[in-house]
Amino acid sequence: MAEQTTAGPKPPPQWLKPLERPIEVLGELSLFAGQSVAAIFRPPYRVGLLMVQLEFMAYGSMFVVGLTGLFTGMVLALQTVYAFGLFNAQSLVGATVEISLARELAPIFTCIVLVARVGSAAATELGTMRVTEQIDALETMAVDPLNYLVVPRIVSAAISAPILTMLFNAIALFGAYGIAVWVKDLSPGTFLNRIQYLVQVKDITNGLGKASVIGFVVTMIACYRGYRAEGGARGVGIATTQAVVGGLVAIFAIDYIYTAISLSGPQQPGGGLGG
Amino acid sequence: MSPPPLAPPLIDVQDIYKSFNGFPVLKGVNLKIPEGTTTVILGGSGSGKTVLIKHIMGLFKPDRGQVIVDGENVSAMSRQELAVFRQRMGMVFQGAALFDSMTVADNVAFPLREHNPGLSEAEIQEKVKEKLAVVDLHGVEQKFPAELSGGMRKRVGLARAIVREPKIVLYDEPTTGLDPLTTESVDEMIIHARERLTVTSVVISHDVGSAFHIADRIAMLNEGRVVEEGTPVEVRNTKEPFTRQFLATWFGRT
Repeated sequence: MAEQTTAGPKPPPQWLKPLERPIEVLGELSLFAGQSVAAIFRPPYRVGLLMVQLEFMAYGSMFVVGLTGLFTGMVLALQTVYAFGLFNAQSLVGATVEISLARELAPIFTCIVLVARVGSAAATELGTMRVTEQIDALETMAVDPLNYLVVPRIVSAAISAPILTMLFNAIALFGAYGIAVWVKDLSPGTFLNRIQYLVQVKDITNGLGKASVIGFVVTMIACYRGYRAEGGARGVGIATTQAVVGGLVAIFAIDYIYTAISLSGPQQPGGGLGG
Repeated sequence: MSPPPLAPPLIDVQDIYKSFNGFPVLKGVNLKIPEGTTTVILGGSGSGKTVLIKHIMGLFKPDRGQVIVDGENVSAMSRQELAVFRQRMGMVFQGAALFDSMTVADNVAFPLREHNPGLSEAEIQEKVKEKLAVVDLHGVEQKFPAELSGGMRKRVGLARAIVREPKIVLYDEPTTGLDPLTTESVDEMIIHARERLTVTSVVISHDVGSAFHIADRIAMLNEGRVVEEGTPVEVRNTKEPFTRQFLATWFGRT
């Protein structure tokens, strides 16, 4: 151990070793996110590229999001009718389904679809551009790659995610209504009436805000992974895997944090059952 | 026979050092590149050629020393200053680095659309056609990069690099991985680009034959230092042992 006398920072304790890489990634990601957010406000504003991304993310995801929403609403209605049937509370099925959808399921499932469809595409595309030197080429042509590649994607995700969540909400509610009223013979009036009294606008806006934040962050993670890809086709594959896995974990982590913060303020009681 | 007097250097690399993760790559590189010449930087794999050229472009910052290009210190520039500075440069990448989502015409037009918003679409198309003609490409405007051969892609890469008429064009291993005939045509392209556009070219390569074909001056890079520098004739007759060994691999056979 005699050669360890040179000056320098003390080596971190052994138990920190497995945490080193995650902390490093988190630091790099924060730096990347900071630079990207700064690039949003720096001209040129690439409206054309934003439109291309919106078309791909929002319009292109409508069918998948709608289909996911339909089945989610249907299965949620089945389960709720069964569970509430145990204590004769079927009249609350509509409101329960819609509150679960608006506050949690719609934003989360929509963002999962976004990670699978958009996050993987962004990581692959940026990763390929990195390893084939196309990002270097942008830089040598005096074009900021963050401004050109990352900004349109993250801004588009922040806009698309709430729009798709709204679509998910509508179609899922339609699916739930179909199952509850047409299959399980619940009264349509009760189903809708309870929704009207128990679901508040803030339940929906809360979910939309959550979708926007999560969509923004998971797309940022995907762009970061692609942007930092190295080592050819294999490197791009690794970047895509990390983008999707990291995105999925981030969805649930941010969901918890966002919900905890939004519920920490003074709570007003719900709309109540009265007339 | 005495060498011609040198013009003042357009690119002046002054004693730069660069390490990656504690591993030294450049160990005091000095190089002067006169205006209007083609300089080839020769060196083996891992000699630091690419790192050196990326310093000239301002993609890397040296640990020590500085790079002066056209009277300006590239190593001390901010992001914004670099963006302005790079508009005077063009770079041709080893793999051409064309944008595969765009047609050939859109690739070549890209720098114009980014930096010359005053140009009309007709003017842009005219310039694109003109630059593609410089590199002897005709009728490929609407093709995508994936539909072109390797040599054609490199030529499109050059057309894109010169479309805004830069003072300096940098080439990263332009002939690596090409067959002899395509190598020949890429060499011709570099010579033509200099003759028709009077640009200063810097080529990094390990292709000795190609280097002696196109170069006005040759610099030999070994283990992070320039070990020999001069006209092709001077370098051919050098006493420097590494350069002799490197050149023998080519001249020894012919």
